[in-house]
Amino acid sequence: MEGFGVVSAFWVLSAVAVVSALGIIVSRNLLHAVLWLILTFVALAGLFITLTADFVAVAQVLVYAGAVGVLVVFAIMLTPSSARTNAETRFFGPGLLVAAAFSTVLAYVALATDWPVVARDAFQTTAQEIGSLLVTRYVLAFELASLVLIVAMVGAIVLVRGGRTVPEEQVEAAAPAESEPEQRQEQTTAVQVH
Amino acid sequence: MRVTLEHYLVVSALLFGLGLWIALAKRNAIIILMGVELMLNAVNLALIAFSRFAAMPGGRPPLAGHVFVIFVITVAAAEAAVALALAVAVYRNRATVDIDQINLLKL
Repeated sequence: MEGFGVVSAFWVLSAVAVVSALGIIVSRNLLHAVLWLILTFVALAGLFITLTADFVAVAQVLVYAGAVGVLVVFAIMLTPSSARTNAETRFFGPGLLVAAAFSTVLAYVALATDWPVVARDAFQTTAQEIGSLLVTRYVLAFELASLVLIVAMVGAIVLVRGGRTVPEEQVEAAAPAESEPEQRQEQTTAVQVH
Repeated sequence: MRVTLEHYLVVSALLFGLGLWIALAKRNAIIILMGVELMLNAVNLALIAFSRFAAMPGGRPPLAGHVFVIFVITVAAAEAAVALALAVAVYRNRATVDIDQINLLKL
């Protein structure tokens, strides 16, 4: 792909996407991390536009930046007494090594493989052709995807609906210092609540 | 200056590695879910790049990559909904979503 506009858009959007993903890791506040995630989604939608995948870019903004981002903010707001600092587990270092090794191997394979590249024009009509593919060639996957959505919706409602909320002594006892018998009593209380 | 398939694939690999690091290293269950979503997005970028540049095997239409990405977005959204419902349900019983403290099954 040539042309100054597309190339500069690619570099700028890639930089924004990678820096935003780093921002999720680095930021010390949970909600700031969610905002960095939404910025990553929008940058990726921009990268889809540079690949002339306009329908997928709009779907990305609607579903990911719109729905999934708001869903994550809702979940954070529904878990108030959990820590809002973006803390790490003890796998911070090993996780970095594993992730760096994995992405290095992926990038090396991507650069070393001789991909069967075809000189293709930009996509002209995406929405129309995706629609016709969804009801002709990929109709089984389409129907199964609707089944997945129904099951996920019903499952999420069932999971969130039942049981009572956390009693007051459990909320206070969720502070770091906590003795053994109190913990055992709290566990039996939790079993009885549900 | 040109932008080729390899450029997009390297960006996709970088984002996948960052999502994997988030999923491995973070304590809050909701942030782990965000890492998983980032990995899925990286895969979407690779799929669209292949759809744009590469020849489709088996006589498939070039927009098969877009259809694949639509399905990945669908399944990722459904999975995010269920995972967050799980996090809220766990919070109701344990008063925390810190994965270091949700260890009742530990020996």
